[in-house]
Amino acid sequence: MNSLFTPLSWSDTGFILIGVMNTVTISIVAIVLGTLLGLAVGFLRAESSKVVNVLLGSVLDILRSVPLIIQLILFSTFVGAMGYPLDPFVAGSIILSLYTMAFMSEVFRSGFESVHQSMRTSARSLGMSYWQTIFYIRLPIGLRAVFPSWLGVALSVIKDSALVSVIGYMELLRTSDQLISRTQQPLMILIGVGIFYFIISYPLSSYGRYVERKMAI
Amino acid sequence: MISIQNVHKSFGDLEVLKGVSLDVNDGEVVSIIGGSGSGKSTLLYCINAIENIQKGKIIVDGVDVHSKETNKDKLRQKLGMVFQQWNSFPHMTVLENAALAPRIVKKMSKEEAIEIAKKELVHVGLGDKFDVYPTKMSGGQQQRLAIARALAMKPDCMLFDEVTSALDPELVGEVLDTLRLLADEGMTMICVTHEMGFARDVSDRVAYFHEGVIAEIGEAKQVIIDPQNPLTQKFLSKVR
Ligand SMILES: Nc1ncnc2c1ncn2[C@@H]1O[C@H](COP(=O)(O)OP(=O)(O)OP(=O)(O)O)[C@@H](O)[C@H]1O
Ligand SMILES: [Mg+2]
Repeated sequence: MNSLFTPLSWSDTGFILIGVMNTVTISIVAIVLGTLLGLAVGFLRAESSKVVNVLLGSVLDILRSVPLIIQLILFSTFVGAMGYPLDPFVAGSIILSLYTMAFMSEVFRSGFESVHQSMRTSARSLGMSYWQTIFYIRLPIGLRAVFPSWLGVALSVIKDSALVSVIGYMELLRTSDQLISRTQQPLMILIGVGIFYFIISYPLSSYGRYVERKMAI
Repeated sequence: MISIQNVHKSFGDLEVLKGVSLDVNDGEVVSIIGGSGSGKSTLLYCINAIENIQKGKIIVDGVDVHSKETNKDKLRQKLGMVFQQWNSFPHMTVLENAALAPRIVKKMSKEEAIEIAKKELVHVGLGDKFDVYPTKMSGGQQQRLAIARALAMKPDCMLFDEVTSALDPELVGEVLDTLRLLADEGMTMICVTHEMGFARDVSDRVAYFHEGVIAEIGEAKQVIIDPQNPLTQKFLSKVR
């Protein structure tokens, strides 16, 4: 009777760890790419004309307001239909990075804008060039100001990465899903997975608090 | 030497400077007084090429400020400017604030830049604050930091735009004392100010601005104590 379901055993550890590693990998990829792209786009938005801003803003609005799960399915179906089926990791990384970028760009834009015109003028009056003002004044001051928001976005990316399971990426949630259907022990497994998400996020959030304390000058 | 020749400046339809001419000789201190919106700040911004002009000319040490060929970043190294808001760089210590521009703009070595920064900080009375973050200091101290930061670039001339206006009254004195010290050392200075006592005692000449023109200019004591133009008289009677 019980041959259909097999209970959780130590031999499943490797399987779970692969899920953990995959969640960590895709989160890091999305946070790094999302941060770099977000920095560039945020800067562009802070510095460019109204027209460019409205155009960029509407693209970002779409990325931010269409649920991630729909973007993932649409994108992987679309590229598949075009004849370029992508590995779930690649497709997931692309969409999750763009999704992250959309939020990061707003964070960085407000960072750039938090440095007032009079501060920039002061720097320029010392003979600093436009780019020197960016690198030595606006970037460091702006990044400090928005670090807590950046951290918030980064932490939510780790959780959002669970959705990449819908296109077949074997991250932590999908791993646990398969274990649940095999073992029929949903409660225990979901509690365990929750703990894993916490363990993944905790170093980042505590490091963030540490950095915030150091920067509070 | 700064030579301002018939300068006109507009923001859109609003003409703010309507033909301003003024020569400031080396070592001279000229104060500019006048009502709000008369164009005093705008003139300083034009001298520093922060704002462009529509007509006329400004020559600083033989360099035409608004000519296309002029390297504005280079020009600004000759002109130190201090604003109403001190704008300390909050992410750097006092010493780093003062050493930044010499290091990255003048490409000095770190040691050289720090040496100059220390000297100028001592100069303005901040010799005991090198490693403090500016946000921990009073407005008066931060304003003196802004002065030291500008002096560290070894400018030929300093432009001051109401540098005491945003300060608590009890902190005004220490900043004015610093300006007085610079004047005594022979720095060429243009000071936009609301401090009539300072204008009278420290400057060589005072210019009264009214609606974008210099309505009266002359020897400092004469303009402040015995103004000739009825507009100047009216203005001074109001601010006293
Ligand atoms: N960037 C700008 N764009 C449009 N108008 C401006 C700008 N800067 C200044 N103005 C206008 O130009 C006029 C002169 O301004 P300015 O700041 O030079 O006056 P001010 O004499 O320094 O006055 P205050 O004593 O209040 O500092 C004002 O009417 C002001 O509104
Ligand atoms: Mg002004």
